[in-house]
Amino acid sequence: MGESRTSGGGLFSRFAEFKHLSGNDKRRAVSDLIFNNAMFIIIAIAIVFIAIRVPEFLSLSSIINIVSLTAARLPIALGVAGAIVLSGTDISAGRVVGLTACIAASLLQMTDYPKKMFPDLPVLPLIVVLLAVLAVGAVIGLINGFFVAKFKLHPFIVTLSTQLIVFGAVLMYLMIGNNNGQTLSGLDPSYTDFVRGTLFRVGGVAVPRYVLYSAVLTVIMWFIWNKTTFGKNMFAVGSNEEAANVSGVNVFKTIVLVFMLAGVMYAVTGFIEGGRIASCSANTGLNYEGDAIAACVIGGVSFVGGTGKISGIVTGVFLLQLIFVGLNFLSVSANMLYIIKGLIILTACAIDMRKYLARK
Amino acid sequence: MVDIVKAFPGVKALDRVSLNVDGGTVHALMGENGAGKSTLMKCLFGVYKKDGGSIFLNGREVAFKNSKDALENGVAMVHQELNQALKLSVMDNMWLGRFPKVAKFIPFTSERKMYRQTKQIFDELGLKIDPNLKMSRLSVSQRQMVEIAKAVSYNSKVIVFDEPTSSLNDREAETLFRIIEMLKAKGCGIIYISHKMEEILRISDFVTVMRDGMHVATRPAGELTMDEIIKLMVGRELTQRYPPKADSAGETLLSVSGLSSVYNQLQDVSFDIKRGEVVGVAGLDGSGRTELLENLFGLSLRKSGSIILNGKMIRNRNPREAIKNGFALLTEERRATGIFGILNIRENTVISSLKRHSLAGVFRKNQARKSTDDCIKSLRVKTPTQETKIRTLSGGNQQKVILGRWLLTEPEVLLLDEPTRGIDVGAKYEIYQLIINLAKSGKAVVMVSSEMPELLGVCNRILVMSGGRLAGEVNADSTTQEEIMTLATKYV
Repeated sequence: MGESRTSGGGLFSRFAEFKHLSGNDKRRAVSDLIFNNAMFIIIAIAIVFIAIRVPEFLSLSSIINIVSLTAARLPIALGVAGAIVLSGTDISAGRVVGLTACIAASLLQMTDYPKKMFPDLPVLPLIVVLLAVLAVGAVIGLINGFFVAKFKLHPFIVTLSTQLIVFGAVLMYLMIGNNNGQTLSGLDPSYTDFVRGTLFRVGGVAVPRYVLYSAVLTVIMWFIWNKTTFGKNMFAVGSNEEAANVSGVNVFKTIVLVFMLAGVMYAVTGFIEGGRIASCSANTGLNYEGDAIAACVIGGVSFVGGTGKISGIVTGVFLLQLIFVGLNFLSVSANMLYIIKGLIILTACAIDMRKYLARK
Repeated sequence: MVDIVKAFPGVKALDRVSLNVDGGTVHALMGENGAGKSTLMKCLFGVYKKDGGSIFLNGREVAFKNSKDALENGVAMVHQELNQALKLSVMDNMWLGRFPKVAKFIPFTSERKMYRQTKQIFDELGLKIDPNLKMSRLSVSQRQMVEIAKAVSYNSKVIVFDEPTSSLNDREAETLFRIIEMLKAKGCGIIYISHKMEEILRISDFVTVMRDGMHVATRPAGELTMDEIIKLMVGRELTQRYPPKADSAGETLLSVSGLSSVYNQLQDVSFDIKRGEVVGVAGLDGSGRTELLENLFGLSLRKSGSIILNGKMIRNRNPREAIKNGFALLTEERRATGIFGILNIRENTVISSLKRHSLAGVFRKNQARKSTDDCIKSLRVKTPTQETKIRTLSGGNQQKVILGRWLLTEPEVLLLDEPTRGIDVGAKYEIYQLIINLAKSGKAVVMVSSEMPELLGVCNRILVMSGGRLAGEVNADSTTQEEIMTLATKYV
């Protein structure tokens, strides 16, 4: 489902069709093709440009860095994508990542770390902590989904509220015990190794373990989206909620589950992020939802609802990280980076909407 | 309006229709649903571009680009469904888009001027409404009066009323008639569209009847009786052919009694239906036909009533429960509540029977592919592949896909709301054949339609709804369109 197949056969038959068009139609078909893929064209030009200016950009270590960053940001994007397929959004994502990262970090500090939040806490098994943060993510998702489905509130409003609530919760959580609002660090090696330990080496450059976790999650999400009745229901609700209801889809359950699944994905992101950056504060996860939503839109998960592919999300996250790293290579200032991000989202949405507008 | 022609793909909606309205008279425009009344009006107001014919106002040919253009030239319409900014005040609504300014070149609106002018028009019409009130605090009839006042404020010479009394009670209707008399005295020409015979005969001077996009007759109202109007409205040959009817009614399958809704007008409807029967539901727009089906299917909140299927009491509190009980509902608004436009045919076909096409929550694509193939073949859906997006299909083929969706749930009772709306003649026949075959295979079909010949041609019995109530039941083989029309206007 959600695969953007064009009617008829593959590239060849489309080319054959193209050859039969009149001059004007040909020109329109070409300009349509350029417009519809403008985002990819712009990014491709950017990559070539950056690679010429700074050849190290395409070095092995740089590419593995980009892949790792992509893996770190992929789960949150996979979560947000579900909400977007329902023609909604979820702006609480980044804050949930922050909360779950802080919780995971606080429960997995070294026993002899002087500023340990819970001084008497032994080293917990990783799985216990993981399950705990997944539960936290699921509960926040449940709250989001419940208010969206039950009271028909726009997801933007609901998740704006939970975003604030979760941020408050993070700040309060960081005041617990000995921590006094400080950054959480001094993590137990079992945790940091589990997350950033070396998976394997490529030409001497280490690939961190979380790349594998991210890949596994991608496969699971692909399965859920494409191979389960829940996935089919999700696309149906996103495409036409009224028709889904008449057709016997449990709309309430579907919406709640989509948001819960999203919450779980944020929690996974938080768990990985906690071990990856190894020092968590209230600012961890800040604005992650913006990047995640941008990646989804670039990857063709449309705000129109009912369309999107997992492969598109992966591509979107990858391209976005590629651009960010590339701009870093060009020593573009962090301030400028925000402006560029904004422009990318705007352009991607405009191009996407163009495909769905009725031609008049 | 002279010789107006309007064609839509496959249908000639208006075929050289002429309408002549004199100043100072009320001209009633009548006809069944789909006779072309609103299309004619839409051509007048520039909503549709007419394909032929001309419109003259005061002897000058006009062609309005949109309703605003028409309004500024003295042609106004009071719509059946009021389009007003409810959160703004009464006078804001009156002057929307042309707020009076404090003075020329000073871009501030003058509330004082607005109030004074509004008050003046209201006094003229004898309306007791405070121009400062918020629109949402007014009753429907008062809102309608404001709309009329607005038309007057534009110095309209021609005012069209589209079923103005459909949401008014008797006393409110009297006020409306009084105002219409007043407008008439001022020399306005009034076009009055309504289904209600009594009020037509009471207030109008001339009656024009339309049928199938054609002008049938224009007569002085004084020469007409109710029966004559009905005869003019429906008196046509059955132009379409219908397949032989189902004739194998078995035991009673569904028995409904005292069905009423909480939030709509459906009131105390009772009927039975046997296996192998096609029961039609006739009635004017807004008579509660759709509401009846939606209530049965659990889409609207039920106040009271019982549903007995196969001798067993069922509740159908929501669509899922209804589907489990063997019900299927083909909705009237195919685009809004039927198809998933951006999904493909297979996804559209199996959405209601995902359980059958999955194992422990895992979707079985091959099985779905096979079911969809069966549907495409047996219903003769014209499509290149299963992966084609449904929105690219024609209306008839979309309808077949949705029917296929429901057949996969193996329903016993099919509720079909306008199953042939927006479908060309050839596909209509196929849908009729399908409906009759379903009945012959022992299912019960309830079919709502605005097209009477279709009901007469396909159904065994016809229930006639009027004003949310069941006005009567007729045998489709022995009844006449006149009888149905009389019943349909019983409670309006």
